[in-house]
Amino acid sequence: MNSEAIVKETRAYHCLECGVCTSSCPVARVNPSFSPRLLVEKALFGFGDEIVRDRDLWSCLVCGRCTSRCPSNVDYLNFIKEMRIEASKLGEKGLFSHDGVMNTIMELQLTNLQQKRTFWIADDLEVADEGECFYFVGCLPYFDLVFGEGGYCDVGLKPTERARNTVRILNKMGIKPVVSNDERCCGHDLLWNGDLEGFRRLAELNLKTIKKSGARKVICLCPEGYVTLKRDYPLYLGEQDLEVVQLYQLLADKLKEGKLNFVENGSNNPVKVTFHDPCSLGRMAEIYEEPREILSAIPGIELVEMERNRADALCCGTSGWVNCSSCSKQIQTERLKEAEATGADILLTACPKCGIHLSCAKYNSDIKIEIKDITDLIVEKMV
Amino acid sequence: MSEEFEPNIVGFACNWCSYAGADLAGTSRMKYPPNIRIIRVMCSGRVSPAFILKAFQMGADGVLVTGCHPGDCHYIAGNLKCEKTMGTTRKLIDVLGIGEERLRLEWVSASEGSKFADVVTDFTNRIRGLGPLSGKSQG
Repeated sequence: MNSEAIVKETRAYHCLECGVCTSSCPVARVNPSFSPRLLVEKALFGFGDEIVRDRDLWSCLVCGRCTSRCPSNVDYLNFIKEMRIEASKLGEKGLFSHDGVMNTIMELQLTNLQQKRTFWIADDLEVADEGECFYFVGCLPYFDLVFGEGGYCDVGLKPTERARNTVRILNKMGIKPVVSNDERCCGHDLLWNGDLEGFRRLAELNLKTIKKSGARKVICLCPEGYVTLKRDYPLYLGEQDLEVVQLYQLLADKLKEGKLNFVENGSNNPVKVTFHDPCSLGRMAEIYEEPREILSAIPGIELVEMERNRADALCCGTSGWVNCSSCSKQIQTERLKEAEATGADILLTACPKCGIHLSCAKYNSDIKIEIKDITDLIVEKMV
Repeated sequence: MSEEFEPNIVGFACNWCSYAGADLAGTSRMKYPPNIRIIRVMCSGRVSPAFILKAFQMGADGVLVTGCHPGDCHYIAGNLKCEKTMGTTRKLIDVLGIGEERLRLEWVSASEGSKFADVVTDFTNRIRGLGPLSGKSQG
């Protein structure tokens, strides 16, 4: 797609130059050389070539704040995605963090190497090779080896504990999920970094694996995986006969049915928690209330909201493992301080990547707030 | 093709010990298989998992990382960092399906030309035995 076609496709010609996008943009607040409005303007005046060569094209976090606020409904997210696809055709790419290890891990999953990604399964978990429900684990096993304890970029996390907790919760609900060694990366990061071909191939391989297991329902914990399977797979590979659900949607339903119960609280001092809405769970999938319904049902937990919550939530500062910079750190620190200002003891996240990025920023600071995943809390309190 | 499989091996050698060790093997006219392509790095501690994965992605059948003996590092503890990193990298390549036996870490000092030649010979034979890294083709 050339830049003229992208302008048409994303309705960029509706731009009123009001600047709501740039004033909403978390990157523009800390990096004055980045401006969503300027990028759209350049495309409108026919400087598409300049955009695809611009290093700041990769600074966008695709958090969707500008898109959700634009009064003219300019589809800024797709504008960035299409521009990046064009840029990568010219050999341009973002600056990968951690020497590009995550990107290479994703690309290696395009080959027919036999992975051993289910190493995290513990003895107390019940999983199947075939069945009705497929648990799409996503990158958690790789996060464990890169960002987990003893990993190359140790930020003191146990990412696969999220996977084990998810299976524990599903088992409690009477679901024995399918977990497969043939699962691949969902392709989210390749797609948003402009590698459309790589994304397509990963998607095809994943759909083949899911269908082979006989599953009709896919459960995702990772919100990025959920959005990719739910929205992008049908968009690029046609409608699939699959029901894709996010874990918290499923649990909110189970809660209403009375199948999810928590221990009674013995003490009168509730633990204060605050919840960080991940961009992909919030603005992309519009799942705002389900995690809150679950949290408010847990006795002994008091949910306090940060100033910017739900659709106004601040991004965790990095996306797709590209262009992580001092600007990212500023955004992350701002978010952590906002969480501390609520007086909460625990900052809850619903996205493993947000957990990694926020923990990374916390690692080099004097911020004390504990960062946890919602699944950790559910498993602790569920009966 | 009936030709015997010849593996591609990428070697990372540190500037201060192992590269000099490889140089000594060469100037002493010691024989070792020509399958290895040596990349000089300032310290074995600089070798990140990303380099190893990239090497496999681009067609290496084995990766050999060599550094100074513990205690001899020009930067005090870079080789110890390397040892730690290679531990998790080994797990990482095993989970990815490459197989941990395709990565080897050895300490070679500047005076150990013959050790360098022996390590390369042994590692090349092992990788030759394992065969080509399957999965280079797109699945």
